[in-house]
Amino acid sequence: MVELERVTKVYRVGTFGGRALKAVDEVSFEIADGEVVSLIGESGSGKTTIGRMILRLIPPTSGRILFSGMDISTLKGKALKDYYRSVQGVFQDPFSSYNPIFKADRVFRVVRQEFFPNVEEGEWGKRVEGALRAVGLAPGEVLGKYPHQLSGGQLQRLLIARALLLDIRFLVADEVISMLDASTRIDVLNLLAELKGERGLSILFITHDLALGHYLSDRAVILYRGCVVERGPIDRVFGKPYHPYTRMLLSSVPRLDRKWEEGKVGLKGQQAAPTKGCVYHARCPFPYESCKGERPHLVEVEPGHLVACHRIGETEVGKCRRQG
Amino acid sequence: MKNEFLYFALRNRKLRLGLSVVLFFLLLTFVGPLLTDYDPWGYIGAPAQPPSAEHWFGTTTFGQDVFSQFVHGLGPAFLVGALGGGLATLIGTAIGFVAGYRGGWIDEILNMLTNIVIVIPTFAVLLIIAAYLEVRSFFIEAVFIGCTAWPWTARAVRAQTLSLRAREFVDLARISGMRASKIVAFEVAPNMMSYLVMVFILQFGGAILNAATLDFIGLGPTTGISLGLMMNYAVLWGALQLGMWWWFVPPGLAIALIVGALYITNVGLDEVFNPKLREK
Repeated sequence: MVELERVTKVYRVGTFGGRALKAVDEVSFEIADGEVVSLIGESGSGKTTIGRMILRLIPPTSGRILFSGMDISTLKGKALKDYYRSVQGVFQDPFSSYNPIFKADRVFRVVRQEFFPNVEEGEWGKRVEGALRAVGLAPGEVLGKYPHQLSGGQLQRLLIARALLLDIRFLVADEVISMLDASTRIDVLNLLAELKGERGLSILFITHDLALGHYLSDRAVILYRGCVVERGPIDRVFGKPYHPYTRMLLSSVPRLDRKWEEGKVGLKGQQAAPTKGCVYHARCPFPYESCKGERPHLVEVEPGHLVACHRIGETEVGKCRRQG
Repeated sequence: MKNEFLYFALRNRKLRLGLSVVLFFLLLTFVGPLLTDYDPWGYIGAPAQPPSAEHWFGTTTFGQDVFSQFVHGLGPAFLVGALGGGLATLIGTAIGFVAGYRGGWIDEILNMLTNIVIVIPTFAVLLIIAAYLEVRSFFIEAVFIGCTAWPWTARAVRAQTLSLRAREFVDLARISGMRASKIVAFEVAPNMMSYLVMVFILQFGGAILNAATLDFIGLGPTTGISLGLMMNYAVLWGALQLGMWWWFVPPGLAIALIVGALYITNVGLDEVFNPKLREK
């Protein structure tokens, strides 16, 4: 459904835009129909940038993003509107997603104005109520209220209801639950799972939280410094992580039944992203000499499970096929 | 929605106070000339008389009626304020919105333009204009004030637009397929409404003050009467030294009251526009 082909985003930073910052570096992956893909990475890994590029809020510097085989950067006017009919996003901060001086249900009115100008008032009201019920909200409780009178969970669900009014096929969920408290988190997660099951919705689930990624997804893409370091079926990536970064992430998930153990595979101090070589080599606990000079390609270690690490060629999976 | 604003607007004391003062002077502009039969320029009585039943605000050194001059001078003050302040607000917000929302090279060019207008010495340009135009009207004065006073508005609006466009509700509007002009008008601008009203109010007051300054130094209109011209004549003919307070206090006080009331109106409007500043 959505396909990223060597997508790169370079920001110009510094005085007069003298320095270049590669936020996203030749990222390729695809999201199939009815599939939930988790895009996992720490802050600054470029995961939000990828989501914003898919939503066409910012253009990629190079590479293509295809939706149903069509390059989305070429969409204009009506075609772009049709794109937004089937592709929508929900953002991280529910409070900032609403215009504070308008009532929260204005987001529905905007959808009607822009996409369904011919639908009658009464019919539209029914559709809004239907969408609200679908996300588990009582219409009477949320309609006619200002954003600051509603909770983060309610606001986030209102945004999902807004997307549902459009009959979307693909949803970019950018850290949708990171700002909610624990009790509402699981509700929103379950809601997304339901939408996937009932409507066959494809979701790009952007998160920094491994547990949340695991809960919902079919596949995972692990991002580090704008590069994909590992991707594959969620069980494989979580069950048998190859890349040292993925392992570090997994070992750093706090557990209730165990004391924090130090020293295994930890964080070794962040440095500026290297221009060549493996993006992770400065923090890697087992770097090779070649890691400094040559960037590893994604290599298929088992069906659908790809890892970008020099160690793969020589250790556990010696017979793997090289890709790209 | 509108009724709700009206409800809070009518209950706001600052807004009521500010508006009533401004409306009082506005009313006086229209009704005042009907209350007096004296020609503002006519030499109709004894010179330098303090206020009396015959001449409510006294007379000038030349025996002109100060009240008549005052009520006839209010009109041009409001006219120049509304026209000059309105023009400055319009140009400033338009440039600020485009520069802030579009960004990139358009922003650079508009910024350059703004900076150029800021550093142009206004009075030097005025001298040149005064040399070319023998007869200057209040309209020309207003246009001139409007065309030179907008840069700080443009800067402030640009800065606010920059910060607002980074908010996620603008992204949400964009993925709702809204056009840029619509987003600026319906998402960005309403958030700055109280600010824009404030800008207009400050520009309004600033234009009145500017006009008074121009009139005072003799670069103002060559025809008609205004509060600034009254003060000009008062100072020119030594009203301060002679203790003729009735000559310069009414126009000065009127300018101060109008500008002050406009400011209080703005504070009240801010509370009306922003639901968070309300009690509930």
